[in-house]
Amino acid sequence: MADTPDNQSHDSAQGEETTANESAYWHDNLRLLGILMSIWFAVSFGAGIVFRDWLDQFMLGGYPLGFWFAQQGSIYVFIVLIVIYVRRMRALERKYDLDD
Amino acid sequence: MSTQTLIYLFVGASFALYIGIAIWSRAGSTAEFYVAGGGVNPVVNGMATAADWMSAASFISMAGLIAFLGYDGSVYLMGWTGGYVMLALLLAPYLRKFGQFTVPDFIGTRYYSKAARVVAVICLIFISFTYIAGQMRGVGIVFSRFLDVPITLGVVIGMGIVFVYAVLGGMKGITYTQVAQYCVLIFAYMVPAFFISFLITGNPVPQLGLGSTVDDGSGMFVLQKLDLVLTDLGFGPYTQGSRSMVDVFCITAALMVGTAGLPHVIVRFFTVPKASDARKSAGWALVFIALLYTTAPAVGAFARLNFIDSVNEQSYSEAPAWFKNWEANDLIAWRDKNDDGVMQYRPGDAFEGAPVFAQSGTGASGERLLENAATHSENEVYVDRDIMVLANPEIAALPGWVIALVAAGGLAAALSTAAGLLLVISSSVSHDLLKQTFRPKITEKGELLAARLAATAAIVVAGYLGIYPPGWVAQVVAFAFGLAAASLFPAIFMGIFSKRMNREGAIAGMVSGLVFTFAYIAYFKLANPAANVAENWLFGISPEGIGVIGMLINFGIAIGVASITKGPPLEIRKLVDSIRVPRGAGEASNH
Repeated sequence: MADTPDNQSHDSAQGEETTANESAYWHDNLRLLGILMSIWFAVSFGAGIVFRDWLDQFMLGGYPLGFWFAQQGSIYVFIVLIVIYVRRMRALERKYDLDD
Repeated sequence: MSTQTLIYLFVGASFALYIGIAIWSRAGSTAEFYVAGGGVNPVVNGMATAADWMSAASFISMAGLIAFLGYDGSVYLMGWTGGYVMLALLLAPYLRKFGQFTVPDFIGTRYYSKAARVVAVICLIFISFTYIAGQMRGVGIVFSRFLDVPITLGVVIGMGIVFVYAVLGGMKGITYTQVAQYCVLIFAYMVPAFFISFLITGNPVPQLGLGSTVDDGSGMFVLQKLDLVLTDLGFGPYTQGSRSMVDVFCITAALMVGTAGLPHVIVRFFTVPKASDARKSAGWALVFIALLYTTAPAVGAFARLNFIDSVNEQSYSEAPAWFKNWEANDLIAWRDKNDDGVMQYRPGDAFEGAPVFAQSGTGASGERLLENAATHSENEVYVDRDIMVLANPEIAALPGWVIALVAAGGLAAALSTAAGLLLVISSSVSHDLLKQTFRPKITEKGELLAARLAATAAIVVAGYLGIYPPGWVAQVVAFAFGLAAASLFPAIFMGIFSKRMNREGAIAGMVSGLVFTFAYIAYFKLANPAANVAENWLFGISPEGIGVIGMLINFGIAIGVASITKGPPLEIRKLVDSIRVPRGAGEASNH
């Protein structure tokens, strides 16, 4: 890394190839990402946009449900998704002993 | 105390606070200047990110836009928050593990290419300047309306404040100032929202108030009443949009991906100590942002109701004081087309274009005369959407200190974002262009000086754009998000998630995404604005949403080119392996 001499972290301590442990960690991470990003897509683009008209027949208090997802609900779900990711990743990193 | 005195007091006190913090947290090294030494607590960084992110547009304009767009305004709410999920899950922890100073740093190193770095710097500078001009304009509007100083002087004062804390303090100064600014702006946003929600619905929590019944004995829900009032006047219902579904979909996606690709947001995650802190910090940032973003639709809906209530079918001579105040600032206008002395608020433009007031003379009711050609619509009222949040406390007749608070909050929002943008501009010049590309032998002291000089120059340019806003500024905000989505995001994303992506693919992808998006927006916004209608758009996608197509082009071209060219060298594949695991991020300094 000639142009970044000040960055130590690039010299992977594990040698040339990824260890089985790191691959398993990465695989689990990708699966978790897949699940959470699907929910992310479903609440915003799904409930808030594509299926909004259908959902609007239901009411949540004074909110038509699709409108609620578009202007309130999706944002709350976004926060929950990040909280789940932070927690699940912490558990994964402990499991594979890769935590920082 | 008069409202005017209170405004001076609140704004003055908040400015003194920002400067005090800046002096206390001066930067001494380039690491402190660029990334605050990498030792910022994740909650503190989340708060600073929220202030950095929430600009004059979020604070001043967004609720007003939603008020007039109704459901279509959802694109901003989902788009500008959903991007944080992408940041937290897909980008921030890996970029923190990579552990450098800037976004072009990552792109230049990961794609082992100075050309890639320079392309990234060009994207970054263009995106940031587009954005910053709007901030300085916001500062000017707040000053001229609330402090009775000319816009020019207002912008110069704003420049001076940002100069002190961005140039002296660098990222370290900006971070702690932004924490103070977040507190000021969120307080200033929530207090009037509580008041207005309580006045209209009897429920002080705006998020609940918007779903409650109107407190006028009718038993109608707020949104129901708004739909009814608007359709009575001939507008479309509030809870239904007028944009096509495909356009709403694409604009939301472009804003989300663009948010995740905005350099001044990404760089904030370089400042926390560990990769896991970057995830946590993005979560906190979204919590702090969501507070304002879930309040804004309520503020917008209440403002629309209040506005119609206090303006429509009122005689001008009895119009409330705020109406005449904003008219005096050119942001509201009334043209009495049917000469009845009563203001009719209906769909359509009251006259052609933005108001051009006559130099002298007033109409029969005392209104300012206009030189614009009248339209055939029955509408007589022109209102600039940007004023809804600023005028809201006055429209709802709230006490003077609330109005003063809103003035200080608007300035906090504009200044915090301006400072964050200035920082990424200056570090990309001093670090990426000088240190990493053209002057590798520059000393640490020289680089720090260059960073400060670049920040100073950027402030001057930004101030100039604020005082003499070129007509195109408002037209090209779509650029910032579209270009970030079409250029930077795919390059960073593939840099982390694909080991096969190489220099040739990344550069080809960035350039084609950039050129396509730029050309599309420039054609409809600048070259041929008359053609900017849905029939002419590609797949019915407006220039605001075209960044998504640019992003797909970027991905497609990059993957295609990478598959027929040589893969990245071993050391780069090892670098990707190393950023994928959190252990071993560079040690941080505490402060």
